[in-house]
Amino acid sequence: MLHVSKTHEGSHPVQRPAHLLRPRAGAGFKPEHLQAIVDQVPTAAFFEVHAENYMGKGGAPHAQLARLRQSYPLSVHGVGMSIGAPGLLDQLHLQQLKAVVKRYEPSLVSEHLAWSTHEETYLNDLLPVPYTREVLDHVCEHIEEVQSVLNRTILLENPSTYVLFDQCDMSETDFIREIARRTGCGLLLDVNNVFVSATNHGSSPVTYLDDFPLHKVREIHLAGHATDADSFGNPLLIDAHDRPVADDVWALYRYVVSMTGALPTLIEWDNDVPEWPVLVSEMANANAILNQLDAQPLLGRRHAG
Amino acid sequence: MPGEAHTRWERQGAEFAGALLDPDAALPGCLTSSSGSNDPRRYAVYRNNVTVSLVRAMQSNFPSIVRLLGDEFFTAMAQVYITAHPPRSRLMFEFGSEFPAFLQSFEPVRPYPYLPDVARIEQAWREAFHEADAPLLDAGALIGIAAENLAGLRFATHPATRLVRSKWAAGSIFVANRTGASTDGINAAAGEWVLITRPQFDCQVRILDNASGLFIHKLITGSTLDDAVQAALASETPFDLAENISGLIACGAFTDIKEENQ
Repeated sequence: MLHVSKTHEGSHPVQRPAHLLRPRAGAGFKPEHLQAIVDQVPTAAFFEVHAENYMGKGGAPHAQLARLRQSYPLSVHGVGMSIGAPGLLDQLHLQQLKAVVKRYEPSLVSEHLAWSTHEETYLNDLLPVPYTREVLDHVCEHIEEVQSVLNRTILLENPSTYVLFDQCDMSETDFIREIARRTGCGLLLDVNNVFVSATNHGSSPVTYLDDFPLHKVREIHLAGHATDADSFGNPLLIDAHDRPVADDVWALYRYVVSMTGALPTLIEWDNDVPEWPVLVSEMANANAILNQLDAQPLLGRRHAG
Repeated sequence: MPGEAHTRWERQGAEFAGALLDPDAALPGCLTSSSGSNDPRRYAVYRNNVTVSLVRAMQSNFPSIVRLLGDEFFTAMAQVYITAHPPRSRLMFEFGSEFPAFLQSFEPVRPYPYLPDVARIEQAWREAFHEADAPLLDAGALIGIAAENLAGLRFATHPATRLVRSKWAAGSIFVANRTGASTDGINAAAGEWVLITRPQFDCQVRILDNASGLFIHKLITGSTLDDAVQAALASETPFDLAENISGLIACGAFTDIKEENQ
């Protein structure tokens, strides 16, 4: 079994088995695609939604998601918990997330290694955290609080970043490894984020992946990025979610799954959303890579990490 | 941690966040890059993400105002609004609750005094869209009521029902701009009541005259049917009770009725 691993810390809440999701491609759900989705034979292994879009009380959004849920397993992806923020977690938001999870019984629940609030203000972006012991303790407390309220483990997603903090105690991979070890959370590996951050910081995405605790990864994200440059002419990639997955990112994805085995893989496309067949085609690209894995044994490179 | 001295991350986070919505603020001093410099173009990605995503939310939440003022003007105005009233809620469909009041005092839109009310209708429409589901009052609900009990009847309002009163033709202007129709021929100075209901998933918008507006206003604030009828008849516009009642039930304004003696 590739997708169920024992957590060494016995006191953590039991996760609904991740193998409820087939280790094949899924898509971010956009309401404008609902008719095309339900009219077709299943083309997605699962759908993912942003939790915040379903924190209203009722109406069309819930009716649409309930219809989708009849036919597909679901992954609930939070964008607003602000797990990295210096302050306390927002209790109302936690309860709203709990309500969404209770209502739709998703196979996976995930959030970001990021922050998005300052005092009373919600900044609506995924902001970076410094990799220090202080912030590590803080993030772990917040993840434990979320897992305790939800009574299940969550997945934490690696960020895409454009800046570095000048005083850090450890690397991003060490930071994430330690979070997973302490809290028992699983990991959501966004391969586009790995490529974007590594390019932006002049480092190697392969080195990053070789150091990443891949055995804790339960889901993969793939998305498109935009290309810009910083003041010195160095490439500055933007995590735009507005175009197809780049060839470099597909290559990294092949590299990852050759080590982890097949995993549920999300095609994320949130801006300039195309017609449904475009997402079907992106999913087919991912599935072609995953199907190849079945035909050959794993490369024996899975890390003990 | 209240009472304690600020930690390093609290100081850094405040500095990082404080400069996001203020283009004139200094770059956070705690940042660097692989080239060893704190490059303003890198931090600018976050500033841009925050601004663009919030402007996009405002465009999505106030489409009729976008059409009325044009994309360019709306975007510039939304940036002023975002700085003055950044979101408190993490739910983007709730963003913009202070926008009607902002429009009331925003000097460049003073020639369009109906704008705040159009924005209020947008707010009401969006609230209705996301409100709780509830069963609708059955069309035949009044059939079995004894004649002597009709006057004391009260109606339970559907959670998605919203009523906006404007001294302008804000409802007609809203509808025209939501449907892409022309606003030619709308007398902006003719006051309206605007009723928004959501019988199932789609919001319905009805423009009401003063008698019908007063009637539904009374019913959804808990008055008896008789009190509501008296208020409607006292207004200057003619009033047809049967037509108003059946119209309100048909558009999903109510969930239930309650007889006085129950």
